[in-house]
Amino acid sequence: MGLRGEAAIVGIAELPPVRKPTGPARFTIEQYALLAKAALDDAGLTADAVDGLVSHGIAESDMFAPATLSEYLGIPVNYGEVVDLGGATSAGMIWRAAAAIELGLCDVVLAVVPGNYNLPVSQTRPPREFGYFGASSNKYGSPQAEFEIPYGNLGQNAPYAQIARRYAAEFGYDPRALAKIAAEQRTNACATPDAVFYGQPITIDDVLASPMVADPLHKLEIVMPCQGGAAVVIASQDAARRTKNRPVWVKGFGERVTFKTPTYAADLLRSPISAAADNAFAMAGIDRGSIDTASIYDCYTITVLMSLEDAGFCEKGKGIEFVNSRDLTFRGDFPLNTAGGQLSFGQAGMAGGMHHVCDGTRQVMGRAGDAQVRDCNTAFVSGNGGIMSEQVALVLQGD
Amino acid sequence: MDKPLPEPTPVTKPFWDGLSEHKVKIQYSPSADRYIFYPRVLAPGTLADDLEWREVSGEGTLYTFTVADRPTAPPWADALPQFLAIVELDEGPRLSSELVGAAPDALRVGMRVKPVFEDHPDEGVTLLKFTPA
Repeated sequence: MGLRGEAAIVGIAELPPVRKPTGPARFTIEQYALLAKAALDDAGLTADAVDGLVSHGIAESDMFAPATLSEYLGIPVNYGEVVDLGGATSAGMIWRAAAAIELGLCDVVLAVVPGNYNLPVSQTRPPREFGYFGASSNKYGSPQAEFEIPYGNLGQNAPYAQIARRYAAEFGYDPRALAKIAAEQRTNACATPDAVFYGQPITIDDVLASPMVADPLHKLEIVMPCQGGAAVVIASQDAARRTKNRPVWVKGFGERVTFKTPTYAADLLRSPISAAADNAFAMAGIDRGSIDTASIYDCYTITVLMSLEDAGFCEKGKGIEFVNSRDLTFRGDFPLNTAGGQLSFGQAGMAGGMHHVCDGTRQVMGRAGDAQVRDCNTAFVSGNGGIMSEQVALVLQGD
Repeated sequence: MDKPLPEPTPVTKPFWDGLSEHKVKIQYSPSADRYIFYPRVLAPGTLADDLEWREVSGEGTLYTFTVADRPTAPPWADALPQFLAIVELDEGPRLSSELVGAAPDALRVGMRVKPVFEDHPDEGVTLLKFTPA
């Protein structure tokens, strides 16, 4: 069961992440239009070919996002939806789009994630209140409002540090191995002009010398918020033949959603990507040894380490050995996050998850420039939402 | 800035009432033979309608923790460092909490901890924190 590998990513648009917004403020609904146009141009398709739309929602409207976007873009769709999986949203969008195409619902699907938070400010309405609750809900009756927030269990740094601390107790810890992930991804960013840290190499010692934010996580092991945005076009076999790029077929996927707060994980150190990756590889009929590049969601270095293990690229508990024995750069024997990952390419908010889709796609399309992996045909992509609580795996392959 | 406090709900009230009496009361599902946390209307996993309240010792082990030198949110800016802990009760469930009376260097994953009841009389609520046993 599953996908037959008959839907392909045929166009991508990823804005170069910037630390501070540049250009005019744009509503998210406007960003949807601009990103959609850029991705369709990249594919060589026109708007009238689109009959599916996957979104993350729009800041200007709390409800009815697909209908509002369909109206604004002037594109009626056979399939419109909102994906709400945090950092796994983007990877989750790709398989939903591919499934809609293989079911015959759609021919061409847009998956768009705005990532510019510089929105126009109203002269008459009160400014939008963001508060400090972030991904936690402080509404009455929310488990987070009642059992997490009063204890300061907010944000991402502390829970990821708790995961790292538990990892250290169960398997041992080598701060230099974790730092090596960040340093080698930075090497990749330095071969990627669009990366926010292009031209700024770092060493393992630089990472370890950066301030401790939440013990044992250093500042340079933690993703930095940026502005940007990304869009991807997924197409049927027929439509893919009309496009400009090498089609990148969605061969397999898996998704696993388990909890919101890691306190309630059945096992904090066995993340849901395990089941998701098993499903993705089995569906694709491709083994892990055939992967030419991996783009693994990297909000923190510990996320990468755990995902390498749980996705089955090495034995559980041997991630440190794996990282220390491999060259993770685009020239290496395990090319990982070849554009720098979110840590060094930049995390444009919710669009950060789409970076990994774009990274894997660029490599298989042969468009990664100086960071191109030779003979790259097969990519593994992961998405990670919440605190390793909802994860998606994709296996992508060129002809 | 005031720290946010919990607002009990009709379903969770027995837990918070227990804490006010300096007792730890959590739910137990006889059909699953399992204690659960946080309180729910049906047992998670089985959705069995047999949850009953039981008093437990509140003792457990430190499943993991972090010492945060930067506040996780503005209300904790004057309360650093934060000792953010996940505690595993001896009966099985885990909960999020904070450690009090702890020296950072003395903390170890797996160490024994016991409950500390932090009363907030003005708001009529008691928080469940922990300290090394």
